[in-house]
Amino acid sequence: MDDLLSQVEPMIPALRRYARGLIHDAVAADDLVQDCLERVISHWHRRRNDDARTWVFAILHNLAVNRLRQASRRGEHVTIDDIGESFIAHKPTQEDGLTKADVMAAIQRLPEEQRSVLLLVSVEDLSYAQVAEVLAIPIGTVMSRLSRGRERLRQILEDPASVARPGSHLRRVK
Amino acid sequence: MTDRPITEDDLHAYVDGRLDDARSAEVSIYLERHPDVANRFASYSAQRTALRSVFDPVTEEPIPVSLNLNHMIAAKRQNRVSALRLAAAAIVLLFAGGSGGWYMHGMMTPPTEGVVALAREASDSFATYAADRIRPVELRAENMVELVDWATERMGQKPVLPDLSKSGYRLMGGRVVSTPHGAGLMLMYDNDHGTRLVMLTRPMAVDQTRTMTPHSQGKVDGWSWASNGMGYSLVGSLPSEALHPVANEIRKQVLGEA
Repeated sequence: MDDLLSQVEPMIPALRRYARGLIHDAVAADDLVQDCLERVISHWHRRRNDDARTWVFAILHNLAVNRLRQASRRGEHVTIDDIGESFIAHKPTQEDGLTKADVMAAIQRLPEEQRSVLLLVSVEDLSYAQVAEVLAIPIGTVMSRLSRGRERLRQILEDPASVARPGSHLRRVK
Repeated sequence: MTDRPITEDDLHAYVDGRLDDARSAEVSIYLERHPDVANRFASYSAQRTALRSVFDPVTEEPIPVSLNLNHMIAAKRQNRVSALRLAAAAIVLLFAGGSGGWYMHGMMTPPTEGVVALAREASDSFATYAADRIRPVELRAENMVELVDWATERMGQKPVLPDLSKSGYRLMGGRVVSTPHGAGLMLMYDNDHGTRLVMLTRPMAVDQTRTMTPHSQGKVDGWSWASNGMGYSLVGSLPSEALHPVANEIRKQVLGEA
């Protein structure tokens, strides 16, 4: 159990950050992290994966995706107006002409599968191979989602009106 | 310089700093010659920076108690110890057998004290009285003073009758009920849809102060806690997330009065 503590505890800030990116509601995101940690504790000795970080992120990711699917089935709707103040405690600062709220709103408008790749690569700094492992998809799929996600985010940030309506990210795009 | 063509993958890896020096230099040269591609990837690189500046502050926040790994591991360990103890009790029971074994049965049943017991009593009261269409409560809400006097007399403690109108529930009334731990006060609430909730409160000998915990017994969910020697349990056939804010409201009002 000691290696569990020494390996997993340092990951908690990053797990919270990733959860917050996938599900903007801070309370719901922390609930997910809590579920994730509980699973990590009970399955720690049974894990086959040598890379504890990708193993833990994979658990969190799967829990988040389940929750997003449940939310979309129940028709819970996240509007852009909901995002921002509650998420970012401090006032948005001007940065390259974009506020933090703009970026936050834009990332929430990406389909979940592109959003997760973008966050894991850009924010969590996982290698492409690690991302492939977390998401259980081939590395080629990681690259194509990354490419599509980055291009779409660029379009949203440059001209928010041109891209799909808010809320459409809740629908799964196959 | 190799003659491998530059791929989209190379360009993304360049943005993410995942190329070796040689390949990175090739990509730099390529981008100098292709300003349109360079623009696109400069914008991706800015995205990377923007995303980090939005999400990195999360890692600076103190870790909440609920995510304290030390606590979580300790709780898990404790569960395992009590499971072992239960298993040990089962083995003893198996060998003791006959009449001697009978005295051990207490170890095999769930705790009959404290907040756990209170939760069960509240669920039992709910099962009996919430389903009652004729006389769910003995004294109606308009006889509130009489109800408080009655409960005070029987429990030796003056109860608080929480006002749940903000949560959409009206007090229907209540009654003194019997529990294995003496008299308790049961209050019943309902909302416009006829959904009934039951709150049970009684003095606590064990678990005088205990944080709020959820419980579930069949289709009845609830939240129970204790403060200053009084136990409280709110139950209803609603999902426990729906009951939680109501239980919080009750706790707040009870603490306010104390």
